[in-house]
Amino acid sequence: MTIASLLASTSELTDNAGSKTAIVLMTRVRLARNLAGQPFPGWAKPAQRAEVLEQCREAVSALTPLKRGLSLTVSELADLEKQILVERHLISRELSNSTQGSGVVISKDQSFSVMVNEEDHLRIQVLRAGFQLKKAWNAINDLDTALEEKLDFAFSPTLGYLTACPTNIGTGLRGSAMMHLPGLVIAGQMEKIVRSVNQLGMVVRGLFGEGSDASGSIFQISNQMTLGESEEDIIKRLANVLQSIIEHELNARGKLLEADPGKVFDKIGRAYGILQNSHLLSSGEAMNLLSLIRLGVDLGVFPDTCRGTIDRLVIEAQPGHLQYAQKGEFEASQRDFIRAARLRSEFANVAHPDFIFTTPGKN
Amino acid sequence: MNNPLKCDFCAKPATVHLTQIVNNKVHKVDLCDECAQKKGVTDPTGFSLADLLLKTSLIPETGVGGVRCEQCGFTQADFKKLGRLGCPICYETFKDVLGPMLESMHKGTTHVGKVPSTALNRMSLHDRLSKLELDLSEAIKTEHYEEAARFRDEISRVKQSVSEKPVRP
Repeated sequence: MTIASLLASTSELTDNAGSKTAIVLMTRVRLARNLAGQPFPGWAKPAQRAEVLEQCREAVSALTPLKRGLSLTVSELADLEKQILVERHLISRELSNSTQGSGVVISKDQSFSVMVNEEDHLRIQVLRAGFQLKKAWNAINDLDTALEEKLDFAFSPTLGYLTACPTNIGTGLRGSAMMHLPGLVIAGQMEKIVRSVNQLGMVVRGLFGEGSDASGSIFQISNQMTLGESEEDIIKRLANVLQSIIEHELNARGKLLEADPGKVFDKIGRAYGILQNSHLLSSGEAMNLLSLIRLGVDLGVFPDTCRGTIDRLVIEAQPGHLQYAQKGEFEASQRDFIRAARLRSEFANVAHPDFIFTTPGKN
Repeated sequence: MNNPLKCDFCAKPATVHLTQIVNNKVHKVDLCDECAQKKGVTDPTGFSLADLLLKTSLIPETGVGGVRCEQCGFTQADFKKLGRLGCPICYETFKDVLGPMLESMHKGTTHVGKVPSTALNRMSLHDRLSKLELDLSEAIKTEHYEEAARFRDEISRVKQSVSEKPVRP
């Protein structure tokens, strides 16, 4: 399997959109694991990193869900290929910047990915479309148990799984959900949500993780604490927080439509017009427009089938995917031109918005 | 008059006060305007208290003759610089420094989740095996043949249980 075949095949994230993914686009669970008796990747010598990479890759590639997958060495990848994997949430920025002794194994449907020698020896990830935190946890738990048959994990009875950074110790578990929250953004309530979620020991970030902005009203919500709470409790607590954010979002949408439907429909209608007619679109602007069309789908302004197109474009309109499709590297201004052309053709056949008032928000 | 709170990073008066409550445990950070900006506290999308706590004075400066991890050579100064540890044994080596840090960062200080029982069994069997082999050669060397026979039997028993497929509950 190669990157090209990976892009051509159907994937968990780009081909599973439906009414069930209305507000929660996807859920992810990751586990941090390290091998006993080996220094952590950031402190290991090149020979030790190579040894860990080989040992982990052999064990991971033999696991049932990853058997027919793609095993890659980061140093052998072109910049564009790495960028594509980051945009698909299959590797982290940190791994893509690694110079040697790092790798990743990705399942054919791209729902499993295991990074080797990122911050920890192993970063196991399971990704599911929609709000499926519990299912994602069960899947990753099984994979981890199978891996444990072959690898000796660094573990302490009192501190749990030992990780390079003390923020991940214990369960090594980070559950997260990518949420589309245009109602809360338009209503100016996002700051309030971030604050209260923070107080519950959860973190809110922009679309692509640490330090990135929240263009397209897409946010990532994840647990912050990993020690002193069981995996099941972390998942349950996070699920409750997500559920309550969903309710706030639906509430905000309902209020906006009640108070000023013209303002909301104007935004959606303008987004449609720009996507059909513009010739220069930055990544940030494209995300914001797609976000408004997505809101339109949720409100019944556009057909449900549109959501799949939008979710695919949220990933494929990113700089790496755009350039890969055009087989070359382009300046930002050229990319804006290519992006606008792509979106024009995608939206040429999307029916005019139908602004008959429907029940706000379906999730 | 009350003394105004000072910034945790510099000595300026603090104007931003952060509180995070987890399980009735209160974590507080006080910052001046400038430091709050610098640490991204005012950016609602990218802030987490744990990241901040980790990067602050929670990691003490090393005194003379600072601790060094016997396993990997990592020092407390390295930890302060990198914010990450050298190897799994470092958690034992630097436990005095890490204890209060973990307490402020997490919900508790003891792991209550999954245990890799298969791997732990396998590891403890391996440890036992190497100990028995050492005992065996010692017994042979000192001509305690009766004991040696006992160790040999024990070794074959342990070896058998290692090669057997572990039974899952």
